[in-house]
Amino acid sequence: MRIRTSGVVLTAIALTLVASGCGGGGEEPKTSASAKADGATGKLVIWGDDKRAAALKPFAEKFGSENGVTVEVQAISKDQQTTFVTASQQGSGPDVMIGAHDWIGNLVQNGAIDPVQLTTEQQAGLAPNALKAVTFNGQVFGVPYATESLALIRNTKLAPEAPATIEDLVKSGKKLKADKKASEILCLQVGQNGDAYHSYPLFSSGGGYLFGTNAAGDYDKNDLGVGKPESIAAFEKIRKLGEKGEGALKRSITGENSIATFAAGKCAYLVSGPWAITDAKKANIAYDISPVPAFAGGEPAQPFLGVQSFYVAAKGKNKALAQEFVTNYVTTPDVAVALYQAEPRPPVLTAAFDQVKGTDPDLAKWIEAAKNAAPLPAIPEMATVWDPFGKAEAAVIGGADPKTALTAAAKTISGQIK
Amino acid sequence: MTALLERETAPDEARQPVRGGITGTLFKVVLLGLVAGIAVWAAFPLIADGAWLGLAILLATTAGLFYLYLTPRHVPLKYLVPGTLFLVVFQLFPVLYTAATAFTNFGDGHRGDKQDAVVAIQTSSVIRVPGSIEYALTVATTGDPATGPLTFLVTDPATRTVSAGTLDGLEPLPAGAATVNASGRVTAAAGYTVLNGGQASARSQEITDLAVPTAGGAIRSQGLSRAYEGKAARAYDAVCDCIRDTATGKTWAADEEIGAFVAADGERLAQGWRVGVGLSNFTRLLSDSAISGPFATTLVWNLFFAIASTGGTFVLGLACALAMHTPRMRGRGVYRLLLVLPYAMPSFAMLLVWRDMFNTDFGLINNLFGLEVDWFGTPGAARVAVILVQLWLGYPYMFLVATGALQAIPAELSEASRLDGASPWQSLRQVTLPLLMIALTPLLISSFAYNFNNFNAIYLTTEGAPFPVDNPLNGATDLLITYTYRLAFGGSGAQYGFAAAVSIFIFLIVAIISIVSFRRTRAQEEVYS
Repeated sequence: MRIRTSGVVLTAIALTLVASGCGGGGEEPKTSASAKADGATGKLVIWGDDKRAAALKPFAEKFGSENGVTVEVQAISKDQQTTFVTASQQGSGPDVMIGAHDWIGNLVQNGAIDPVQLTTEQQAGLAPNALKAVTFNGQVFGVPYATESLALIRNTKLAPEAPATIEDLVKSGKKLKADKKASEILCLQVGQNGDAYHSYPLFSSGGGYLFGTNAAGDYDKNDLGVGKPESIAAFEKIRKLGEKGEGALKRSITGENSIATFAAGKCAYLVSGPWAITDAKKANIAYDISPVPAFAGGEPAQPFLGVQSFYVAAKGKNKALAQEFVTNYVTTPDVAVALYQAEPRPPVLTAAFDQVKGTDPDLAKWIEAAKNAAPLPAIPEMATVWDPFGKAEAAVIGGADPKTALTAAAKTISGQIK
Repeated sequence: MTALLERETAPDEARQPVRGGITGTLFKVVLLGLVAGIAVWAAFPLIADGAWLGLAILLATTAGLFYLYLTPRHVPLKYLVPGTLFLVVFQLFPVLYTAATAFTNFGDGHRGDKQDAVVAIQTSSVIRVPGSIEYALTVATTGDPATGPLTFLVTDPATRTVSAGTLDGLEPLPAGAATVNASGRVTAAAGYTVLNGGQASARSQEITDLAVPTAGGAIRSQGLSRAYEGKAARAYDAVCDCIRDTATGKTWAADEEIGAFVAADGERLAQGWRVGVGLSNFTRLLSDSAISGPFATTLVWNLFFAIASTGGTFVLGLACALAMHTPRMRGRGVYRLLLVLPYAMPSFAMLLVWRDMFNTDFGLINNLFGLEVDWFGTPGAARVAVILVQLWLGYPYMFLVATGALQAIPAELSEASRLDGASPWQSLRQVTLPLLMIALTPLLISSFAYNFNNFNAIYLTTEGAPFPVDNPLNGATDLLITYTYRLAFGGSGAQYGFAAAVSIFIFLIVAIISIVSFRRTRAQEEVYS
């Protein structure tokens, strides 16, 4: 009796699995069938990360009740881009996606998002650099709402004056270290395998470049700058700041400890973005924000500009509604202000920015720091750059020869570009 | 699962009466009902998709199960089928899927089929006709809101004249026929039913698809309240099987070998599709010197890592187990508890903690011992570090299994050897260890196979670092699996096809090692038993 029961239970479980296994091939139909049902009730599905999803919820509900539809905001906490691409392809993706603008190249090549048509008036209301960032192959692919970029965050108790150049920064940092007021010269995250994003201001100030631009001002995948003499020269300067030189850049300063070290008052200077401010405030650090300084006599230090955007999913079930939401509703100041309040990044919408700038003195400083910023390349080829470039950076900071390191990185990158 | 099956097919139990009274029948009815329910639930999407093969398999499986469990015959089969189904779903299906993927270019830029790529190219090339009007849009119909033919009522914001757009073109409405609100949208029009948000969104697909032809292109909707005149700059031409740019006339011909549209000058469009690429993923692995060269060095380190992790933890675990096995030892319970503590922690969190402890400037290890070792910066130190971490994480497991095995060995055996005059060391080496090895070798082999592919151990501590200055692809502590991961996902986005090919290689290596080891174990068992 006992055995028979367990046999049948096993059978049932197995059957469930077989059914879902057969459904493995038939997963698409299942969703397309439910798509019809969803369409009939008029449902809009929005995906974003936890913070944004929470901020958006009240506005999404308002939009829903105004249009007589239901709106569902779902928080995707990890790997948003990959999850979105995979889900879109299986037909179980959202109608609207929120994410960084440098996803665009990959999303377009996978047919995951559609271009949006903004009116001239709507375009005029947005920060020009943000609009340029979401433009790919001459088409606007997302509606931007906030920017983020790196700046120099300074502990004003230790370093009352903003340094004019990197050299000044190193001098002041070394003095603080000698006086035992700080244990590090500069907190700029490198890590064992480098960090291309955080090193880019120094790299660009030294004269290096990642991709050249074509006549239209777009990044050109055929002009890779990584192994070029200008970039090698920039890395010579970075090497001098590294472990065998001034000791301002170290592989032991990582993404995990850089902000914490600054918040503990152990270094006077931190190169980071708006996300670091929360920790500095929590630790009661008196801080100020200024642009990342350049090398003396070098090019201006350009941080990367990242733009958070709303995208219309190409395989969404309710595209007309998604377009309505993204192009005609999100572009209203109220939504932009709410998203700013969820996380303090400067709003792209001029009207929203004007509304919040009075309450937050940091905002103008972030904008100032981003004045020179280069939009993060959105071309899919950028994916091949991060890893080899970071490793070359780590090697050079550890004292390796810049030419060998960058030539190898350039070879790896160009080998992966189709 | 195997153990379950073995128990169930044990002859004395299977001989029990088949009929089990009212409860048994009830159970059978409920569970077979569940089977039927699942089958019906799974059938609908299959029918909707026209997946007739899937449906046939579903029907055959269901019918087969009903027959099998309703007939009093085929008793052994009743017990074999559940396990077989598990095997098919969990083992065979993923393996076949991986093998099939290895022969395609599946990955970023080649995810969907050709039709998907064409649609994506065309939609992403739609641009607003320069200088055209930005209309306010109202979606209306001349019939029933749910099914009637759709009409775009578009208002020119400058003149506030309303036109009706259908598939036949744009037709201006007579003045006064429509009421326009402040924002320019039509609120009512003679002869038309204006759709509200909900009604319109229910017909979302039709609205997105409707393009009202005009001289310069077509009027398309942008959401539910705006329309613009746009045209697709690129269109698919079935005659030449190519994409043509309507402005410049440039063409990109379909290349079925690589699954992309390629122009004469070599430029290819980003949106490609999935095609079979034969053995090219495998040949790339073997012929590309940037990949195959490091592959050999990585394989050697990988073998060393797996042997060192397994062997090291085994020796340490066994030593602890032997120490605990001595009856004279006091406070064994406390020690045992302390020993299994590392095992109780989630290994991925522990690995991250260890990574920070090895930090050159801030790490606990250098600070505690006053060292200045660049742990993850030099190949030798990094390798020692990862193996140390492995030892710490892995020996409690070996301790546990060795303790268990030791207790299973009759104490009389070592006593007898002692009476025969053997020293404790001789008794351990010649009596206890051989018996222990029979029980533990299969576990050691599986532990070896596990460590051979221990992705977390490397990825969460060093990420493969340090990397030689002249090669960012292959680090000193990279295992084949982390190396593969970087090749497949680290660089130019996801390359599932290639990753599948590499994992087949890894599977073959592990399988060969395991087969050889198991052969040798069997030989050993024959010697000792």
